[in-house]
This record gives sequence, structure tokens and C-alpha cells, in this order.
Amino acid sequence: MSAASAVAAQVVTSTLASGRSKDRDLRSILFLGALWLSLFFGVIVLVALIVDTAIKGSGRFDKELVTNYASIIFPETTGFKAGIFGSIWLMVCTAILAIPLGVMAATYLEEFADTNRWWNRVIEINLQNLAAVPSIVYGLLAVAVVAIVGFDEKGVLIGGAVALALLILPVIIITTREAIRAVPQDIRQASYGLGATTWQTTWRQVLPSAVPGIATGTILGLSRAIGEAAPLIIVGLGVSVLSVPEPGIAGLSDSATSLPNQIYNLANQSRPELATAASAAIILLLVMILGMNAIAILIRNKFTRSW
Amino acid sequence: MSEATTPAGPSHGTGLRAAIDLSHKVRPGEAAIKAVLLTSAIVSVAITVGIIVTLIQPIIDFFGEVPVGDFFATEGTYAVLPLVMGTLLVTVIALLLAVPLGLGAAMYLSEYASARARRWLKPTVELLAGVPSVVYGFFALQFVTPTLLQDIIGLEVNFTNSLAAGLVLGVMVLPTIASLAEDALSAVPMSMRQGSLAMGANRMQTTLRVVFPAALSGIAAAVVLGMSRAVGETMIVALAAGAQKKFDADVLTGHQAMTGYIAQTFGGENPVGSTPYNMAFAVAGTLFVMTLILNILSMIVVRRFRQAY
Repeated sequence: MSAASAVAAQVVTSTLASGRSKDRDLRSILFLGALWLSLFFGVIVLVALIVDTAIKGSGRFDKELVTNYASIIFPETTGFKAGIFGSIWLMVCTAILAIPLGVMAATYLEEFADTNRWWNRVIEINLQNLAAVPSIVYGLLAVAVVAIVGFDEKGVLIGGAVALALLILPVIIITTREAIRAVPQDIRQASYGLGATTWQTTWRQVLPSAVPGIATGTILGLSRAIGEAAPLIIVGLGVSVLSVPEPGIAGLSDSATSLPNQIYNLANQSRPELATAASAAIILLLVMILGMNAIAILIRNKFTRSW
Repeated sequence: MSEATTPAGPSHGTGLRAAIDLSHKVRPGEAAIKAVLLTSAIVSVAITVGIIVTLIQPIIDFFGEVPVGDFFATEGTYAVLPLVMGTLLVTVIALLLAVPLGLGAAMYLSEYASARARRWLKPTVELLAGVPSVVYGFFALQFVTPTLLQDIIGLEVNFTNSLAAGLVLGVMVLPTIASLAEDALSAVPMSMRQGSLAMGANRMQTTLRVVFPAALSGIAAAVVLGMSRAVGETMIVALAAGAQKKFDADVLTGHQAMTGYIAQTFGGENPVGSTPYNMAFAVAGTLFVMTLILNILSMIVVRRFRQAY
């Protein structure tokens, strides 16, 4: 009896506390329905996009898609070898250029910078702005940077990698800072208490604890880079390339293309075979990107420690 | 050296202040590491300076050949206003779609979803932002225009049109708006919701009349950032909005956007230093200034109207 009334009281308080008992009039239900719809609108579009593209590209999920180079003469066996290898190469070079620089900058801003100094505030505001600069503008900058370094030809691998690295640097800095900020103050204080310096604390305590967060942000940044085409058009990538960059340093000055740029070139073609091939290539690109996103989410949900 | 100029030793940054003071101790290794880290942070400023420097010389060359009046004109070979019009048309359509849906999704995630559901729903919505823009452009060209607009709705649209480009662009910026707005809504303290519920309001009233106004500054910033993403997006408009420079608002036909013009110029065979080549820089400069203004606007909104709880 008393137990039952206690349960009843609990039910009453829990429903009251969340306001659910008053949710049952028509307007509230319509409102909730509208919220549901807006949440699932995006998912519906994503499913429509994937299904529609997969059906259109279903005729071309074959070996030639990966092993052949682009061909206008034989559109039914045109392939994306140059784009696939180009994209992988671009991603590796982008990662090498952007990750160390981004993590170092973020470490400085979080662990060393005195936020009262004006120059640190300038860096701060500047970062927020950079994150929203249109990607195509980074392409223009990359052309200039690569010319300064001494590569004059257009459409070389290093030009694309510089453009993408510039593009994702702000993303990496911002997400790394969040990861570092999530490491609790106690850990730093304990380290200082044992006589460690700022750098020793950062290197041995803070950064190792922040690795899952940094990894998540970095993978998301790279997955954005691999899908970009606009800055690569500016640096001249994406014209018909029938080779794969040589492995090693020598490959940096080889002409290259990327998977998104090859898709862009085919999207305006009227031959139905080419549209089919482009659809199949889109599915390939989506698998790569969604796979990277899934890994990032998995790392975030599994390894992020709650302190 | 740098230890002497910035006293406080390990207590810089977010460390504890005044509790430990090792500033009298000279540590050259630490100072060197700090200098290296500072250099990498300065690189981010160098990028902004680099962008401005890169843009400025071709822009000066361009205005040496073309009068300013011909650039800010509604028609002519070197007119930028038709391109601005093209950009604004797709941006407005995108926002008309993305703002209500993005805010709706944000309200559901923040006010209605359980913590466990949110942990999976939010990444799913963010997945939409991970789809490459060239894929969205292809989708607009191959599905939205022929199947959705022409066959299902029955509109008489051109092969490339601003409507399809704008709608797909809206889908692309939706996760940006939803994610940032959700952060703003979640930051509203629980006590305000409880106060509202205690006064007898239901969850809809609490959401719309208490939580939403309290989070308004963050939501406005989310919308402005979504807008700046839409303005700067290239591949969707390059593929689906066409390559026609037009100064009108007929969304059933195509309008070339600013980013589309830049991509077309660089994708073509315009020699370095030619007037169309330099004009692309002038358009890029205009675009850079537009997104800069939008970003500063969003920062001002957040700073000025934020209520500290």
C-alpha cells in the first residue's frame, strides 16, 4: 500500500517535472510532429541520395572502375584509377602538412598563451574567421604559396595538398583545442605538484589524455578534405590525368587529380555511360567518407573518457 | 628570455595562478618549445595575411583596366552584380529551407530527445555535412531537377536552375545550423525550464517561449554562419545553377553565382594576368569581404546579446 503510493507519487513528480502530462493537446502534438519531420528530413534526403545514386550506378560496380583510367573513347569501361590514387595521395600529404602544425598551434593557444595579451586575442578571432572562409579562396592562396616554394606547373600534387591543408588547418586547431580543454585541471595541477614543467605536463599528461578527441577532429577534417573539389580546380587539378603520382618525394611534383574532380568533370557530360560511371564513383567516394566519419564517431563514443 | 618577459611560469594559460611560481628559473628548452608552438599559432594569422596579399595584386591590375563602375554594374562583361544576385538567390532559397528545419531538429535534439537518442541522432544529422558538395551538385542535376521538380511537382524548370541548387544547398547547410543551434539551446540552464514547467507551461510552450528566446543570440549566430557557408559554397552552384550571368530573380532558370564564376574561369584556359583571370580575383575578394562581414556580424551578435547565466 505505502509502496504503491510511493511509486504513484514518483510517477506524478516525474511526469510533472518534464511537463509531459500537459503535452497531449493538439497543438503540442502537431509541434512535436513538425520537430520529428525536420529531424528526419535530412535523413530522408541522405537515403534518397544514396539509393538514387546507387541505382543509377549499379551497372558499373566492376573492377574497371578502380583499375582503368578515364576514357572518353570507351565510356563504358572508363575508370577512376587516377582519381582514387590521387585522392589517397592528397589525403596523406594533407595530413602530414596540417596535423602537426594544427596540433602545435592548438597546444600553444590552450596551454601556453596568456589570453590577456592582445596578440593571442587576434589569433583567436582570426581562427574563427578562417574557419568560414570559402574553400575556393584557399585554392587561390595555394597557387601563390606553391609558386613561392618553386613549383611553377599547374595541377601538381603538392599544390592540391597545400590547398587542402590550409583549408582544414582551422578545423584541426579548433577541434584539438576543444579536446585539450576537456582534460580536467586536476591532472595538470597534480603534474605541477610533482615538479613537472608546463611542457612536461603538456607532453606527458594533457596531450595523451586528449588523443581520442584530437583523432576524432582530425579524421573529420580529413574526410572534409577528401571530398573537396573547388580549391583543387583553382590549383589546376582535375584535367584529364592518365597517371598515378610516383611514390615518395618525387611524386609531389607529378600531375594529379582527385576523385571529386573526376566526378565533376563527368557530371556535365551528356553520354549516359559517363553519368553511370560518375554515379558509381560517387558511391565509392561516399563509402570512403562515411567510413571515415563512422570511425570518428566510434572513437568519440568509445574512447572519450568522462572525467 | 621569454620566461623573464612573461612571468608566471607554468601558470600561463589555464593553469593555476600564483600557487606555483617557477618564473625565476631559466629553462631554455621550455622557451624554445614555446617559441616553436607560438610560431605554428602565428601561421594561422599568416594565412589570413596571405589571402589578402594574394588577392590584392590581381585586383589592382583588374581595376587598372576596368573602371570600378563597370564592375559594380548590373550588366556587361565585367559586371559583378549579376553574380552577387545569383549567389543571393540560392542563399535565400537555402536558408528558407534550412532555417526552419535546422531549428526544428535542434529543438527536438535539445528539448525532447533522451540523452541516449541524442548521442546517436546528432552524429547522424552531422553526417549530412560530411557529404561532399560535388555529390550534392550531381544530385541536384541528376535527381532534384529532372525527377523531383519536373516529374513529381511538374514545374517547368531549365536543366540548370537556381531553385534546385538552392534547395540542395539548404540540405547542405542544415546540419551546420542544427548543430550550432542545438549547442545554443542546450546551454540554457535547466532551472529556467523547470521554472516554466512549474508555472504550468507544457514542453512546447517552454521550448518556444522560454528556451528559444534565451538562446536567441546563439541561434542567430548559427543562422549567420549557415548563411556564410551557403555564400561560399562552390560545387553545387557550379554544377546546378548554370553559367549564365543574369540580373533577375527567376529561380526557374539558372544564374551563375560568384563561386561558380571563379571555378569556371580557373577551369578554363584563361592565361595568367588576363582580364577575366584578374576579374576572378576581384570576385573572390568581394566574396571574402562578404563572408568576413557575416562572420564579424555573428561574433557581434553573440557578444552583444548573449545573456550570461
